[in-house]
Amino acid sequence: MKMTMMGNYAASWGAQLSRVQVIAAYPITPQTLIVEKLSEIVADGELDAEFIKVESEHSAMSGCIGASAAGARAYTATSAQGLALMHEMLHWAALARLPIVLTNVNRAMAPGWSIWADQNDSLSQRDTGLMHIFASSSQDILDSTVLAYKIGEQVLLPTLISFDAFFLSHTMEVVDMPPIEDVDKFLPPYNPEYKLDVNDPRSFGALTSEEHYYEFRYKMQEAMDQAINIIKKEGKEFEKLTGRYYDLIHPYRCEDADLILVTSGTIAETTNVAVDELREEGKKVGNLKIRIIRPYPKQDILNVIKNCKKIAVIDRNISCGYHGIFAQELKSALYNETNIPVWGYLAGIGGRDVKIENIKEIADDTLKSDKPEDLIWKGVKL
Amino acid sequence: MRLTIPEQEIMKPGHLACQGCGATMAMRYGLKVFGRNTVLTIPACCWAVIDGPFPYTAVNVPLFHTAFETAAIMASGIKAGFDALGKTSTNVVAWAGDGGTFDIGMAAISGAAERNDDITYIVYDNEAYMNTGIQRSSATPHGAWTTTTPVKHYKRGPKKNMVEIIAAHRVPYTTTASIGYPEDFIKKLTKAKETRGFKLIHVLAPCPTGWKAEPKYTVKLAKLAVQTNIFPIYEVEDGIKYTQNIKVKQRKPITEYFKYQGRFKHLKDDEIAFIQKKIDEDYEILLKKLS
Ligand SMILES: Cc1ncc(C[n+]2csc(CCOP(=O)(O)OP(=O)(O)O)c2C)c(N)n1
Ligand code: SF4
Ligand SMILES: [Mg+2]
Repeated sequence: MKMTMMGNYAASWGAQLSRVQVIAAYPITPQTLIVEKLSEIVADGELDAEFIKVESEHSAMSGCIGASAAGARAYTATSAQGLALMHEMLHWAALARLPIVLTNVNRAMAPGWSIWADQNDSLSQRDTGLMHIFASSSQDILDSTVLAYKIGEQVLLPTLISFDAFFLSHTMEVVDMPPIEDVDKFLPPYNPEYKLDVNDPRSFGALTSEEHYYEFRYKMQEAMDQAINIIKKEGKEFEKLTGRYYDLIHPYRCEDADLILVTSGTIAETTNVAVDELREEGKKVGNLKIRIIRPYPKQDILNVIKNCKKIAVIDRNISCGYHGIFAQELKSALYNETNIPVWGYLAGIGGRDVKIENIKEIADDTLKSDKPEDLIWKGVKL
Repeated sequence: MRLTIPEQEIMKPGHLACQGCGATMAMRYGLKVFGRNTVLTIPACCWAVIDGPFPYTAVNVPLFHTAFETAAIMASGIKAGFDALGKTSTNVVAWAGDGGTFDIGMAAISGAAERNDDITYIVYDNEAYMNTGIQRSSATPHGAWTTTTPVKHYKRGPKKNMVEIIAAHRVPYTTTASIGYPEDFIKKLTKAKETRGFKLIHVLAPCPTGWKAEPKYTVKLAKLAVQTNIFPIYEVEDGIKYTQNIKVKQRKPITEYFKYQGRFKHLKDDEIAFIQKKIDEDYEILLKKLS
């Protein structure tokens, strides 16, 4: 069924279609609508779930961890400050190998208080061990939620689904809601092998010596590696069901491109339009949208970029003291593998709009330049 | 006297506690009452170690280790998970130290109490952060030495009153207990198990290591704390109905309690007199609240 809805509601309905059993959440702009809608959905009996109205985001993630350890499917959503407050428990969820799904509306970290789009909040959680999706449309948000449970429950890893504040969270888009019966066929009930069970008493997360901890990490990495294939496999299954395919990366007009722009989130959607216009101007430019940053799709990226001459990464985030995080990651993937030069651009930080013309300018600048640079601040006003 | 302590032993031998550990005795009693249809969650505290290293466990019921400040919400989350799965009869117990309760876990406990989540929160109080090497907590009593309140700057100010704070949330059941009075403790555990909604049991559990006391005095100290009125035994139902469960006819002087503990030995006579005065005043306040 096709409906128009805001990105936030796509997250709520994604949780409903996934038949989440426990929700523990706390409000923060611009995520609030997700929680409000879910409260209604539960109150109206459209979803049979326990909803813990917690007193903080730290407790939101903790409540999900407890529920998931008990064997229930758990969901929460947050933004920026709330995600930062969860940090300790994100590590906990991942090391405890609990396939919780967490939606994060990408918002700039304070101070100054800002509620606008910026990826620094979720990228600060990059190393917590969660799979990390950047959705770029409302449809993507809804579908990713279902997929995240399907994939996470196989590899036993939690998933963070991020998307841009306002550009997506509060923008109406047409979303195709699959019938819940179809989703049920795709996503069976969660039934983990190990859970808190009074008939099989075990201790979880006990004191661990150097004799074992290293191997816990090894197994997490192994799960991330396995996830790459499972993401593709489940993407294809999902396509059979809905006609929509989701992969770790989504290249657009990259086959013969001289210049490939590397993007994520809503900037990626705008970039597709910019690429069409650049092509009309006779410039061979493509767009490589990174949809999933953990596990990192290194091989997929190498396959796409292997024949291009230049790469320009657009980052709506910065690791201050170095440069854009997608650019760092891309360069590390390319090192030892190719000599294609990489330009690193920043744009849109703190919610500043990134328009088609800004992206075209980035492309034109890169095409003209013969000296790659790590950090180019587009449109900074000083 | 008729013995009322359940015979069943859920806890297994082989734990890692120090000799004479009051916290470990508390767990033994706790599990005797709660039984096998129970899930425990334990945050960072001595008990995170006492239970034993991966892959061992001493408690013999499912145990989820959790972060320091999260015992209450972890129990609520587990309970919600079980409820969602229709396993509504399983007891979910948060088992935490005084630091994880009075200090860093305060927000989560207040949240669970205000929501009246159907969990039992048991705080074993050894009056300091023992796991990290005897640092003060807000449960450390006035006058005590700890490694962060050295004798020149011993702990000043009253112990935070957790029972009053939780009772102010008007939860069904809040109580103190002492491992020196196991029958009373057992009764309270039973009551908590049978009551729906949020329950908090604050049990005094002497720690020979941190109190600088001989292990053989653990139970004696747990009794003396009650007999000197520094740790009165009372319960509060629905936040309003106060009952004193162990009546002390003639309280003993606080020096009787202090003399077995190195952590108070620096105190001078005037300081002890001040503490005695405060204990008597606090006790008067409590008596006025009794229903
Ligand atoms: C967020 C966080 N801060 C600090 C610690 C270190 N820490 C672990 S246990 C502990 C003290 C525990 O004290 P208490 O709750 O009284 O339990 P006890 O050790 O006395 O049994 C501290 C400070 C931690 N694990 N997590
Ligand atoms: S330090 Fe104290 S509370 Fe901790 S195990 Fe030893 S005796 Fe028990
Ligand atoms: Mg303590």
